[in-house]
Amino acid sequence: MAWIDACGVDDIDAEDLIRFDHGGATYAIYHAPDGTFHATDGLCTHEQVHLCNGLVDGDTIECPKHNGRFNYRTGAALRAPVCIDLKRHPVRVVGDRVEIELG
Amino acid sequence: MSIFTRIYAPRDYSLTGASRAHAEEIGLASAEWYHSDVPRKEMKALMQRSDGPAIRDTVIWLGLLVLTGIGGCYFWGTWACVPFFFVYGLLYGSACDSRWHEAGHGTAFKTPWMNDVVYQIASFMVMRNPTTWRWSHARHHTNTIIVGLDPEIGFMRPPRIVMAALNFIGIPFIFYDLRTLARHAFVGLNEGEKTYIPESERYKAVFWARLHIAIYVATILLAIGLHSWLPLMLIGGPRIYGCWHMYMTGLIQHGGLAEDVVDHRLNSRTVYMNPVSRWLYWNMNYHVEHHMFPMVPYHALPRLHEAIKHDLPAPNPSIYAAYVEMTRALLRQRKDPTHYARKALPATARPYRDEFHEIEVAREGV
Ligand code: FES
Repeated sequence: MAWIDACGVDDIDAEDLIRFDHGGATYAIYHAPDGTFHATDGLCTHEQVHLCNGLVDGDTIECPKHNGRFNYRTGAALRAPVCIDLKRHPVRVVGDRVEIELG
Repeated sequence: MSIFTRIYAPRDYSLTGASRAHAEEIGLASAEWYHSDVPRKEMKALMQRSDGPAIRDTVIWLGLLVLTGIGGCYFWGTWACVPFFFVYGLLYGSACDSRWHEAGHGTAFKTPWMNDVVYQIASFMVMRNPTTWRWSHARHHTNTIIVGLDPEIGFMRPPRIVMAALNFIGIPFIFYDLRTLARHAFVGLNEGEKTYIPESERYKAVFWARLHIAIYVATILLAIGLHSWLPLMLIGGPRIYGCWHMYMTGLIQHGGLAEDVVDHRLNSRTVYMNPVSRWLYWNMNYHVEHHMFPMVPYHALPRLHEAIKHDLPAPNPSIYAAYVEMTRALLRQRKDPTHYARKALPATARPYRDEFHEIEVAREGV
């Protein structure tokens, strides 16, 4: 496992997310309304659509394709058609950078 | 064999047949669809949810349903009940479709349980199994008008125009819908439905189908007990006498347009409509916009239309104009199933995935 520099803290608006690609995989990094950062796999578990074009609303991310929802803090699938939880990844803020732990 | 021949001969609309295999083989199943460019900040603003507009519309919708239902009952047996049931039927048998649709997407309200409640009520009114149709509609959005993959293709070629016209009085389709509910309740899902509904969800389809059937049976028994059609005028019947607006607007969503293209600008129709129809239809007349960006709630679709209309075909200026375009295409499709109304993209639009658009070019040359 290693901490990977993903983006600056100012690169993501509050209550929004960005896509982060690394090592042939894609991730989603979230800036929650309370100022904390979170990370999950970047593709929806329903039909592998990038979540980065979705909508962050409080603790949830809504997939842009069929409006399935996940809690991005827990990864829990909340609303059909998503049934499989999203994988989470640890995140930390170092100075003004956001790092994601990947292995 | 040209791509034209491979795509169009023969057409098998089942979800388990040759067209499905072919669509998967040429990459239509997992294709990336065209999206107009909208800056992220603007799109975020368009996607924002709010309870206000849908609460207002739902209070008006259900309030008018109760008032016109009471009026219809009060004047039952006289001609004075006709205008009440005309409006009641429209609100029950037509507006239910747009409420079902928007709440199913979860975009009507910001609060999830409100979407769920309206979705269940509207599913009952429109005689759709809330579980199977939630999944079929997701598939419709993944594979819009892709033959062999989309379970919601309204016009299969060659089109059956008389049957489509009968839609306006709900017959015989209400019987198909009831038969489908009965099958879900007592037999189960068919093979096509199993292609898009995960196993873990199937028991819900059985539960809802049984509940719906139980309500219809109770209504029929009540009508028999009272020796009156009135219970059926209030429950179930509006799906016959009030569904005309739902079909009038629904058939032109994709009717007569291209199949097997991965660009909603070519297989969906945006139509300018009068404000009453737009309210009943919850702005689904902006159908290209809805398919391209299903995250945008109904009340923001006019704004989305303004933002991207430079990149879309010219909208049909009226319901009538849409019917003229669609009917011409359908009449030709009876003899030439490869024909379709070809939407012209504006000069400023960016074409996309030319290898799929060449299907049209090949067809035009035939
Ligand atoms: S791809 Fe995400 S909900 Fe379907």
